[in-house]
Amino acid sequence: MLRLLQIELHKLRYSRSAKILISTYFILITFIALIASIEFDLGPVHFRLADQGIFNFPFIWHFNSYIAAILKLFLAIVIVSMMSNEYSHRTLKQNLIDGLSKKEFVLSKFITVVLFAVISTFFLLVVSLILGYSFSDFTELSIVFSDMEYIVGYFIKLLGFFTFCMFIGILIKRSAFALGFLFIWWIFEGILYGVLNFRLFRDSDIPENIMQFFPLTAMSNIVVEPFTRLNFIKTAATQIGEELDKDYGVHWYQLLIVIVWTLIFVYLSLALLKKRDL
Amino acid sequence: METILTINQLTKKYGSLTAVNNLSFTIKKGNVYGILGPNGSGKSTTLGMVLNVVNKTSGDFHWFDGSDSTHEALKKVGAIIEHPNFYPYMTASQNLALVCKIKGVSQNKIDEKLEIVGLLDRKDSKFKTFSLGMKQRLAIASALLNDPEILILDEPTNGLDPQGIHQIREIIRKIASMGTTILLASHLLDEVEKVCSHVVIIRKGVKLYSGKVDEMNASHGFFELKATDLVTLQQILEDHPSIGKITVNDGLLTAILEEPMGADDLNAFLHQRGMTLSYLVKRKESLEEQFLQLTNQTAL
Repeated sequence: MLRLLQIELHKLRYSRSAKILISTYFILITFIALIASIEFDLGPVHFRLADQGIFNFPFIWHFNSYIAAILKLFLAIVIVSMMSNEYSHRTLKQNLIDGLSKKEFVLSKFITVVLFAVISTFFLLVVSLILGYSFSDFTELSIVFSDMEYIVGYFIKLLGFFTFCMFIGILIKRSAFALGFLFIWWIFEGILYGVLNFRLFRDSDIPENIMQFFPLTAMSNIVVEPFTRLNFIKTAATQIGEELDKDYGVHWYQLLIVIVWTLIFVYLSLALLKKRDL
Repeated sequence: METILTINQLTKKYGSLTAVNNLSFTIKKGNVYGILGPNGSGKSTTLGMVLNVVNKTSGDFHWFDGSDSTHEALKKVGAIIEHPNFYPYMTASQNLALVCKIKGVSQNKIDEKLEIVGLLDRKDSKFKTFSLGMKQRLAIASALLNDPEILILDEPTNGLDPQGIHQIREIIRKIASMGTTILLASHLLDEVEKVCSHVVIIRKGVKLYSGKVDEMNASHGFFELKATDLVTLQQILEDHPSIGKITVNDGLLTAILEEPMGADDLNAFLHQRGMTLSYLVKRKESLEEQFLQLTNQTAL
């Protein structure tokens, strides 16, 4: 295990572009703190975002895990290219000849992906704790550590997404095309939802029920957007007569779907690698 | 003698094309083997299969005594195939350190191996700045890191300039003299002839010959002769029981021997018959001529 991780980290350590992207990613996560300083001055209305309760425990767990997950695209680039570069540099072939088995190869990549997800989650945890203790109205321990399922959800979501990237990298073999494929897949799920929702099953929840099994939708379902939970948005919505009634929770079956996808992607990566001649 | 690689009825099909067809041979420790064959004869595919990068269609092979899985066994093998493949953004020694990690050997031999291939002064240069010859030499250094039981080289001098070819050959010879088993795939015959003791010849995926280089052809060699009167010479030679086929080409008469005979015997025989020669050479077929004969192309 440790040997496989060392092998992969050795490959990443000397790659300048990987280093830049990874550090940008982690720096940006800490920059969530900068949201605190967003202020609006609209004549008589003085509005400071940090005062609107976005950093209140336990809401902060939801808010930060949603915002931080947007940044995962930076790591997606790193992961896709660390897979496809093995093909374009033909180093995968050399690795196998040097005595790495195909299983070990996929495992070394997967362990690295897990490590990325673990570090991201840990980072998010620390940043949120610091932000929360600085701005939250409530700092009782029982409140601070409630709603932690968002952190778990964030971890599973990242893991699923990164494994998806890993698989696409192996499948497509060229990093630019692989990222393009990721984008196209995202559009595809959007269009599919549109077709199901507006053409086939109008006014029913069948589209949602189908779409929740697609990888990207499943991942985004884990942590839904937190904005409409904010008090001032809710107030605004009630004023225009809109009742916001949304399920913001993290559900076990959503986690399960993504975990199953993660396993499928790892398995498919290995199967693809085994089937291919290099 | 210890067996290093056993290949048994190995077959690879790409769709309807059979790249390697029921190939069997064994590699014994301490010999230098050449795999010979024209381009596209299945040399690289065969090596790809035993090196775990190409999936076999049928048949089997095993390394050493067959007790280890292929990828474990490959840690005791050093191999370079066609094109040197390394991470372009890493330096020479960083690349070699990675190979050490994969093979699970210590990193203290990196400098020593870079010295063998003459790259020690460039150890901290990035791989992408290397010339093809240097890349190829780095590949050899990387294959040597684990002090392999066998070194596999697939077309090691392909695409190199004469100087580069010379350097690689010197390195191979040095390694062979240290007693390492070598398997060299090439279509360059003089390369194989200069270093190999055994050959496996394949054409269109089928094995034509495997064995020692000097036992490859049962022939006893041939004479190349010149004289003022070639017609009489030919008539005299046709009567000699030891001589088979005779051809005349560009004023040079070639007589193929059917049984052993020395040049001095022939000279004495011809002298008796009143024939004087202006030129007499006894030769064995070169590997190239033997190879072309075996692969059914025109020779001589």
